[in-house]
Amino acid sequence: MSPKTLYDKIWDAHVAHESEDGTCLLYIDRHLVHEVTSAQAFEGLRMTNRKVRAPGRTIAVPDHNVPTTPDRVNGIENEEGRIQVAALDKNAKEFGIHYYPMNDVRQGIVHIVGPEQGWTLPGMTVVCGDSHTATHGAFGALAHGIGTSEVEHVLATQTLIQQKSKNMKVEITGKLQPGVTAKDITMAVIGETGTGGGTGYVIEYCGEAIRDLSMEGRMTVCNMAIEGGARAGLIAPDQTTYDYVNGRTHAPKGAQWEAALNWWKTLFTDADAEFDKVITLRGEDIQPVVTWGTSPEDVLPITATVPSPEDFEGGKVDAVKRALDYMGLTSGQKLTDIEIDTVFIGSCTNGRIEDLRAVAEVVKGKKIKDGMRAMIVPGSGLVRAQAEEEGLGEIFIEAGFEWRLAGCSMCLAMNPDQLSENERCASTSNRNFEGRQGYKGRTHLVSPAMAAAAALTGHLTDIRDLA
Amino acid sequence: MDKFEKLQGIAAPMPLVNIDTDMIIPKIHLKSIKRTGFGKNLFDEMRYNRDGTEIPDFVLNKPQYRDAEIIVAGDNFGCGSSREHAPWAIADFGVKCVVSTSFADIFFNNCFKNGILPIVLPQEQIDVLMADAEKGANARMTVDLVAQEITTSDGEVITFNVDAFKKHCLLEGLDDIGLTMEKVTAIDTFEDKAAQARPWV
Repeated sequence: MSPKTLYDKIWDAHVAHESEDGTCLLYIDRHLVHEVTSAQAFEGLRMTNRKVRAPGRTIAVPDHNVPTTPDRVNGIENEEGRIQVAALDKNAKEFGIHYYPMNDVRQGIVHIVGPEQGWTLPGMTVVCGDSHTATHGAFGALAHGIGTSEVEHVLATQTLIQQKSKNMKVEITGKLQPGVTAKDITMAVIGETGTGGGTGYVIEYCGEAIRDLSMEGRMTVCNMAIEGGARAGLIAPDQTTYDYVNGRTHAPKGAQWEAALNWWKTLFTDADAEFDKVITLRGEDIQPVVTWGTSPEDVLPITATVPSPEDFEGGKVDAVKRALDYMGLTSGQKLTDIEIDTVFIGSCTNGRIEDLRAVAEVVKGKKIKDGMRAMIVPGSGLVRAQAEEEGLGEIFIEAGFEWRLAGCSMCLAMNPDQLSENERCASTSNRNFEGRQGYKGRTHLVSPAMAAAAALTGHLTDIRDLA
Repeated sequence: MDKFEKLQGIAAPMPLVNIDTDMIIPKIHLKSIKRTGFGKNLFDEMRYNRDGTEIPDFVLNKPQYRDAEIIVAGDNFGCGSSREHAPWAIADFGVKCVVSTSFADIFFNNCFKNGILPIVLPQEQIDVLMADAEKGANARMTVDLVAQEITTSDGEVITFNVDAFKKHCLLEGLDDIGLTMEKVTAIDTFEDKAAQARPWV
């Protein structure tokens, strides 16, 4: 047998049908659903009198629209948001799928809830009508975002019409320096490849620095594979993965666990398998990074200065001019001189317990800068509960943060948490697009520790200078 | 789904690179539970001032491009979110074809599900089409999916590639789900085999 990559192996295990032209029906093991991209799909089923083929494999949770303030027990004030969540409530019930409603303690961001509940397992195919489905690749699951038509297709047939992507390897060798996190790795990679560099590929992240990451860190890395344009990001499962999965509600137990483990241990890229593209970064070279522009590829080490349009070529020159104007920045300005109005810590990129611990470590016993608006939004109700148990909630409140309920929150401004015009935010989320966090809002993407540091000092800060 | 065979129409130039899904349709407009009506908010923040008045410099607000049916775009068009509201907005506005040097993967797939033809061409040919689009309303391009050709207003012919299955679906206006349902036996068989091999899933 010819050597295979991890992606090849998972792909091959899920092809239900292959046409002569190479178009495949890929079987889907887990279908995650949220309120924004599913209503039209369920409506489509109703109109064509179709059912959900595998309701037991389908898991829904509202996250994008839900407010993160305690008053949400009284319902969602925004009418359209309320209708969307109500539609999901109704569809979940009518079609008999697993559901975590807004006020269930297990509710949270779909990409945090899936792994937390043990729905996401190595070697699976996982899809969701959300581009950050890439997150689940951290388990060695082939996971990617789909559009609403495809959501309907998966609901009806439990398959997706797919053509195979190419294989790309991103290797991070060696050890990370102090202050450098999984977020810095994934952003540094995008800085290297650009937002289109992964288009047409599935990325496998490997190397010592990736192996050394916790599952939380690996999820952060894979989460932003889509920001590099890749269909999915993957990390081969290992003991760290098994330890995370073991004992979770929907993970296999007993003899099933042993059988699963046997298969999972075959899920790695064969030694002589070939990749179509290879990127290698030295872990030691990666610095704490920050975005200065309006594309996730606009990444620089925190020690750098704001670039100038002349530093770029082609269509990017105009894009940079536009970005600097939008961001209100001047070329040559030190990144650490950029003053911040707001800090947002949370999202499917950085809303897990490890992220909150990293923040607590920075802010414990300190106070955020006067006038700073700073919020911490756990990725799920269970993350919040765990943080409370560990005393983190108290640390956050004492430092002056708002300590919220679970949801997508300010990552995408579909709910009450938004930036106002020209408000500048250090954010642990994944996109710094124009208007992403609110109309004319200005986003700098950073790691949780760097966001925490900015909350204390009031400007973008090199976490290494704070120690 | 509407069929796509041949289109003759005005092409609007949008040379900006990395036009993302938040630019195409800001999330504040994703709250509808319908598939229609998004066209008025296409490129919302580039197209309108906060008070709802039009920004006259924006290409689709210029008189010669208001009825554009084709967009010639900069690299990496449609990057970002999986939201199908982006192609819904594009289709609802009346654009049926987008041409660029590259598209984000999910957006690219979403287009085909909505009767929109995304075409990938090398930079040199995009430059030719961009220059043609810059001429305005009198420069109408022709996009022929059957022949896989774009003809500029000057008669220059540029051929393009398209996946055979996707082409077939667009030409016939086929519903993917219906097509897959015809293969239900293969899915049943796979499910049985997978249940044996990986019972824990």
